[in-house]
Amino acid sequence: MAFGAFGGAAPAADQQQVAQRKSPIALWLLLPGLLYLILFFVTPLFSLVITSFQEPVPGGFLGEYQNAFNPSNYVDVVSTYLPHIMRSFVYASLATVFALLLGYPVAYVIGVKLRPYPLVQSLALVILIAPFFISFLLRTIAWKQIFADEGVVVGLLKSMQIIPADAYLTGTPFSVVFGLTYMFLPFMALPIYTTLEKLDLRYVEAGSDLYESPFTVFRTVTFPLSLPGVVSGTLLTFIPATGDYINASRDFLGSTDTAMMGNVIEANFLVLQNFPAAAALSLILMMSILVLVSVYVKRSGTDDLL
Amino acid sequence: MRGFGKYLLWVYSGMALVFLLIPVIYTIVFSFNDARRTNIIWRGFTFDNWLNVCDAQDVCPSFMNSIIVAGVSTVLATAMGTAIAIALVRYRFKFRQATTLLLFLPMATPEVVLGAGLAAQFLQLGVNKGLGTIIIAHTMFCISFVVVTVRARVAVLDPALEEAGRDLYGSPNQVFWRVTFPLLVPGITAAALLSFALSFDDFIITNFNAGAAVTFPRFVYTAAARGIPAEANVIAAGVFFVAIALVLITQISGAIKRKRLAAAN
Repeated sequence: MAFGAFGGAAPAADQQQVAQRKSPIALWLLLPGLLYLILFFVTPLFSLVITSFQEPVPGGFLGEYQNAFNPSNYVDVVSTYLPHIMRSFVYASLATVFALLLGYPVAYVIGVKLRPYPLVQSLALVILIAPFFISFLLRTIAWKQIFADEGVVVGLLKSMQIIPADAYLTGTPFSVVFGLTYMFLPFMALPIYTTLEKLDLRYVEAGSDLYESPFTVFRTVTFPLSLPGVVSGTLLTFIPATGDYINASRDFLGSTDTAMMGNVIEANFLVLQNFPAAAALSLILMMSILVLVSVYVKRSGTDDLL
Repeated sequence: MRGFGKYLLWVYSGMALVFLLIPVIYTIVFSFNDARRTNIIWRGFTFDNWLNVCDAQDVCPSFMNSIIVAGVSTVLATAMGTAIAIALVRYRFKFRQATTLLLFLPMATPEVVLGAGLAAQFLQLGVNKGLGTIIIAHTMFCISFVVVTVRARVAVLDPALEEAGRDLYGSPNQVFWRVTFPLLVPGITAAALLSFALSFDDFIITNFNAGAAVTFPRFVYTAAARGIPAEANVIAAGVFFVAIALVLITQISGAIKRKRLAAAN
């Protein structure tokens, strides 16, 4: 299945194992974890489905709902939150493209160009994963303060007259997409690095021996061979970016005008206590992602990875 | 032209790495800021925040909560995930497709959906949310990542080593604990570290299932509205230094081991 799309070991490795046996031990190894996932991953999805069709208790308090079959919840959330739904997918797509444009060259340099220098290579890898070790909320706050109206960046851009004197950066779609790109850049670069690191350079040499230009060699040899990494990187970026609500939040890089689906799901669930709306939106988000991802994986020709 | 292109690639990637580090360095630098009320403008260097981390309200208790949550969920997820990884590589069983799908889906589901789903379930069952529900949630999303990490390691294990153990009349138990398990330790350690990091830094799922319990990311999130104290930067920077030290130690010890092996051969 789709494990391969998320990088790591090629699933084919399982089949290479000649020593696969049938044994009751397998059941005992699998049971605790799978049972756990059924209880706390699968049934919650059903809870979401049930909740999404609920209706308010007549004359009840805020947050009191009863089971019903109320599909109008879905119509309501789509008509109310269509801009947020669109924004989620547009921002996440932009962030994915930017992260790929930034992440691919980095992964290429670390995985291919730095091979003769193992020490520099591992240092560069440590830099690539370093952001994982420091609170992502504080990193996002750092960008907010760097982009603040009285901050360095805005001041510099204004003095160079690139932006008008009354312009601002925080709370704009720009800062939200910027934040998303930053947050998921390592998730994009790492799987690409993993495939490029294993790339057999003799294929590339063969291409240049046949007098192809470096660009043609890249387009016809290197890139196709790194495609599995690109697919996992884009998925690892796009999926969490669509559901993110930190960057777009008012207290971080966004404003009410940049709110995404995650923000309205959070607000409906935790503040407005409109659980059916939050559940319906969550399911719409999950279903759209599943559809988009399966189309994308099919089109990118990495089907056999699944 | 070709030379220039090569040069451009190096500069571009170097700049991307610097870009990655800017907020990291910013966060660390501002842990030394003589901030007084708001830690937004640089007001001078001080060690005070580091020496009196727990003076800021809620910073240390929330940090302790995060350590407890990450510790317990890591142990649970690593145990269950490792077992699954071994079963996936070493055994043939029915429902393999369904199993891999079940493991893959949590990773392909946005965190808001995982968080809202569990919260809806706890709501319907009338469970009071707190540290316990956070641990349940974190264990759930860590299992798949443990399976992926450990499985990569199991898949490259040479089956001949285990065969040798059996040839020497080792019981299945002995073979597992004396041969297989020690060979898996690096993979299991990596998986445990990954789980700990994922759990420690998780905010989105936590926020839906925390109730009144405050973890470190939750503290930062609520503090963001009124200004984050420099002591929060101290905690984050401290965690960062410990993690980087761990990474460097494993990298270096790995390099030394490889050297010794090469020398022995």
